[in-house]
Amino acid sequence: MKARVHITLKSGVLDPQGKAVHNALTSLGFDGVDDVRQGKYLELDLVESDAEQARAAVEAMCTRLLANTVIEDYQIELEDG
Amino acid sequence: MKAAVVIFPGSNRDVDVIDALTAVSGKEPLLIWHRNTELPKADLIVLPGGFSYGDYLRSGAMAARSPILKEVTVRAQAGVAVLGICNGFQILTEAGLLPGVLMANRDLKFVCRNIHLKVERTDTVFTERYAEGQVIRVPVAHHDGNYFSDSETLTRIEGEGQVAFRYCTPEGHLDDSVNPNGSINGIAGVYNENRNVLGLMPHPEDHIDESQSCADGRPLFESLVESLA
Repeated sequence: MKARVHITLKSGVLDPQGKAVHNALTSLGFDGVDDVRQGKYLELDLVESDAEQARAAVEAMCTRLLANTVIEDYQIELEDG
Repeated sequence: MKAAVVIFPGSNRDVDVIDALTAVSGKEPLLIWHRNTELPKADLIVLPGGFSYGDYLRSGAMAARSPILKEVTVRAQAGVAVLGICNGFQILTEAGLLPGVLMANRDLKFVCRNIHLKVERTDTVFTERYAEGQVIRVPVAHHDGNYFSDSETLTRIEGEGQVAFRYCTPEGHLDDSVNPNGSINGIAGVYNENRNVLGLMPHPEDHIDESQSCADGRPLFESLVESLA
């Protein structure tokens, strides 16, 4: 089973990198962008085949290492195969 | 005072703090590799500056899960003095031994220069040799020194007197123009609740002798030697 984990800064947390990307987009003429938030993306290949067990395991990985929950939120997607 | 310095792959200010500890205490500290699971008896544990694990994932994140950190946590909870400088501060927040987190500097630039700090309190093992409200000059050298915490935690640490140092003007005024990284409330260093754990971004170990142009960091080590001897 594959897990895709998106880690993003919580709303309200300053994201200077996102801001710099936003400014660069604007300077390229892409002025239809309201805001940019930069995050991280991880793909995990899991041995576990049970979705519920897999989600619980990845949750634990997120809270213990992958995300710093003081400033970051995470989203987990699971995919068979 | 017997000190132990924990070395991680990517530590690069370890020699600075070893020299400072040796110069001030007269004893060479023990050097502990991060993969050790045991820690000899020590009065002070130091996590030095650097870029442990190349700052992978987040600054300090990997080092905070190193085998030795379990033992550092046990000692910290038992009241042993723990000092984290720069990357060591990042590791202590990632390990949950100190509140908050250190994010990228607000202007995304690596900042390397002397700054001024206000000593917030002098009744701790780290600061008793300073005067109340004293302004000290020490260098910073970091990219991720922007201290942040949620508002609830911030209220708590301010209320409990857990702020150790704040960036200030040479005259001791708090002003955003001298905040080198965007830290909330100008916070440069924090204590845990029991004030036996201190983390700070600046490098007092690099200002311990007039030959380094300034010795304002020396009283921090003298305080430790005096309190923990």
